[in-house]
Amino acid sequence: MSNVTEASSTPKPATPPKPRKPTESGVPDPLQYMHPVMRKNYGNWAWHERPRPGVLRHVAKNGDEIYTVRAGTQRQMDVYTIRKLCDIADTQGEGHVRFTTRSNIEFMVASFDKVPALIEALNKEGFPVGGTGNSVSMISHTQGWLHCDIPGTDASGVVKSLMDMMHKEFITEEMPTRVRITTSCCQINCGGQGDIAINVQYTKPPKIDHGRVGNICERPAVVARCPVAAIRPTMVNGKPSLEVDEKKCICCGACYPPCPPMQINSAESTKIAIWVGGKHSNARSRPAFHKLVVANLPNNPPRWPEVEEIVRKILYAYKDDAKHWERMGEWIERIGWPQFFEKTGLAFTKHHLDTWVGARHNMNMSAHVRF
Amino acid sequence: MTDTVDQGKGANGNGAAKENHATPRLDQLEGGPWPSFVTGLKRLRDSTDKQYAPMVNDLLGQLEHSYTERLGFWKGGTVSVFGYGGGIIPRFSEVGDKFPESKEFHTLRVMPPAGFHYDTDVLRKMCDIWERHGSGLIAFHGQSGDIMFQGTTTAGCQKAFDELNEIGFDLGGAGPALRTSMSCVGHARCEMSNFDEARALRTVINSNVGEIHRPALPYKFKFKFSGCPNDCVNAIHRADFAVIGTWRDNIKVDQEEVKAYVAKQGRKYTIDHVVAMCPTRAISLNDDDTVDIDNKSCVRCMHCINVMHKALAPGDDKGVSILIGGKRSLKVGDLMGTMIIPFMKLESDEDYAKLNDFAKRVIDFFADNALEHERIGETLDRIGLPAFLDALDIEPDPNMVKHPRTSCYVRTDDFTEEAEKYFARKGLRPDGSKLDAAE
Repeated sequence: MSNVTEASSTPKPATPPKPRKPTESGVPDPLQYMHPVMRKNYGNWAWHERPRPGVLRHVAKNGDEIYTVRAGTQRQMDVYTIRKLCDIADTQGEGHVRFTTRSNIEFMVASFDKVPALIEALNKEGFPVGGTGNSVSMISHTQGWLHCDIPGTDASGVVKSLMDMMHKEFITEEMPTRVRITTSCCQINCGGQGDIAINVQYTKPPKIDHGRVGNICERPAVVARCPVAAIRPTMVNGKPSLEVDEKKCICCGACYPPCPPMQINSAESTKIAIWVGGKHSNARSRPAFHKLVVANLPNNPPRWPEVEEIVRKILYAYKDDAKHWERMGEWIERIGWPQFFEKTGLAFTKHHLDTWVGARHNMNMSAHVRF
Repeated sequence: MTDTVDQGKGANGNGAAKENHATPRLDQLEGGPWPSFVTGLKRLRDSTDKQYAPMVNDLLGQLEHSYTERLGFWKGGTVSVFGYGGGIIPRFSEVGDKFPESKEFHTLRVMPPAGFHYDTDVLRKMCDIWERHGSGLIAFHGQSGDIMFQGTTTAGCQKAFDELNEIGFDLGGAGPALRTSMSCVGHARCEMSNFDEARALRTVINSNVGEIHRPALPYKFKFKFSGCPNDCVNAIHRADFAVIGTWRDNIKVDQEEVKAYVAKQGRKYTIDHVVAMCPTRAISLNDDDTVDIDNKSCVRCMHCINVMHKALAPGDDKGVSILIGGKRSLKVGDLMGTMIIPFMKLESDEDYAKLNDFAKRVIDFFADNALEHERIGETLDRIGLPAFLDALDIEPDPNMVKHPRTSCYVRTDDFTEEAEKYFARKGLRPDGSKLDAAE
């Protein structure tokens, strides 16, 4: 049958609206949103200084200036909060803002005259001004119970509790140098490396819901995910499932995302661990991973007091003892781990001795000791 | 603190009154000086004239349930928008019977302008769109750098995306795909910047948007761009492909500003905090309070420039170093990026095209050679760096190592030929001696 005949003989059904074809525009050009002074001097800045905590003054090669006022946010923002920040930017600022890697908001103005009123407006609405220089900046963090499908805790709540405790260290610049803290809701550690990292640490092998594994999980893929080859296919009650060699299992949770019936989280066995000495910058020492110092802290919402206590101990031992410009890891490198555990009052255990691939490189292969 | 049970005012949007969920645990996160995300969620819940109020009420209910049970209750699924295979993080509630209004609570990952710059007009437009089609909750930004529009139904995803796309925004990456990228403030406001970070990011990412929108790689692949080795976007730890600004010539020194710094801070402070903290003892303070810098020994760590930023500055022969293979723990353990390209000039149009070409070749190599669910850092470990360099046609360079191998388990019968190639690249005779002017 020809198309012509078909078209003329068949009544047209009501067609559903055609779906809109996306414009694959990619990453937008930032110049269209940028403060005009920054646009004009793009790539031509000469130097900067910090007139007070939370305020930066950048001077261009031609003498132009831009002032930045940095404020903390809750990152997970409701539209009312965002509009309030916009109102402040429109009335006290010059309508242009940006966000930092750590979810602080920055308001740019061309003259220092506007800075005091901008700070006052932010403080009045409850936004702390700070996070610059030798401060504790906002904790970079993950999604947690609010939105993640595999979370062991709620990073937003941990962060709110800790930032309340460290509020003064955000709005002042009294630390030895910058302090970057991170929080992660599982051992994948989306929060990243930090001077102090507050991360979920599982303590028991997964509990397996054998009735669901066969229907939900691609078993070979789950077997392949295990870093220590502890998972094997098996049959349970006549159904295909998986079993875990609990002697080999390192409780990392890697099997859980591809196979939710491998339940790694529980109200009791999901714990919090604290790590220190991570560093992204190449300044002075090479970038470094954070190192375990405390494990097995209770996952205790809504305010995680046990975590707060340990973070406070570590932060203030560092503040009291580190030299200017020394990051957490560089301070420990200088004073040594024996003194770190003494000064913080924390315990050194067999669990601090690395057992993973390359562990020997983390041991002291020298006669350098400290007493 | 609020009452444990607030009386709702028609919060289900259908006129029938529905009680707000009691949130005694979350309420404890409203006190204290830091801005509270719980207070923000309650503002949304209490906006009873808005379509999202009942959804946020049930979201708060589920979150309180998580705080009580100490467990999460979301599961993934498959949701996308027309034409794309990624960019939406689907969330279906496992306790949707108790909290039906938020039983679908998907997130749109949206790519921000490079460097996270906004004006209030575009932020307000985003709020209006998300107020119409979502929960009213937006995060600036997620750890991959996306704007996260958190919480909408399956139908809401398409509506919100269509409107965001109309104002110039596009979905980011999720799943086994090229991911959303990040760059530092750089050229826009920072004197340490060694290349146009936003241009480099947009050149590379926008020439590969297909890899973002239709996931087809073995696993995720991330680019990050930092204008200097201070690495403010954490590229070396967190990116498969880290682009770090650097320079080849000498640190620029304004000796009058050096003297002014020493006069202000004192000699002892300058020696203790600048000279003694140089990792390669490349800077020294002279008797007249000027500095000498041994630029051949300098590793471009940035410390002295960070401290004396009015007196010292990166040189003029600018470009980037490229490190490949950074990632977090799954599955072999943490890996940092490894130096692969010690220096690539990045100034002219041709330079940016060259960077883009190299990025494409690395993505192609990853697509062709990585195992399923393997990051490129793990591929490098599996096959060894020489095989990777060979595939990408890159010559070995001593900047790639902390030190040469310490293990003797290697076959070296072509060592002489390899040495001759090295000398040829350096413009020397096969035995390493210098050529005469006539040659």
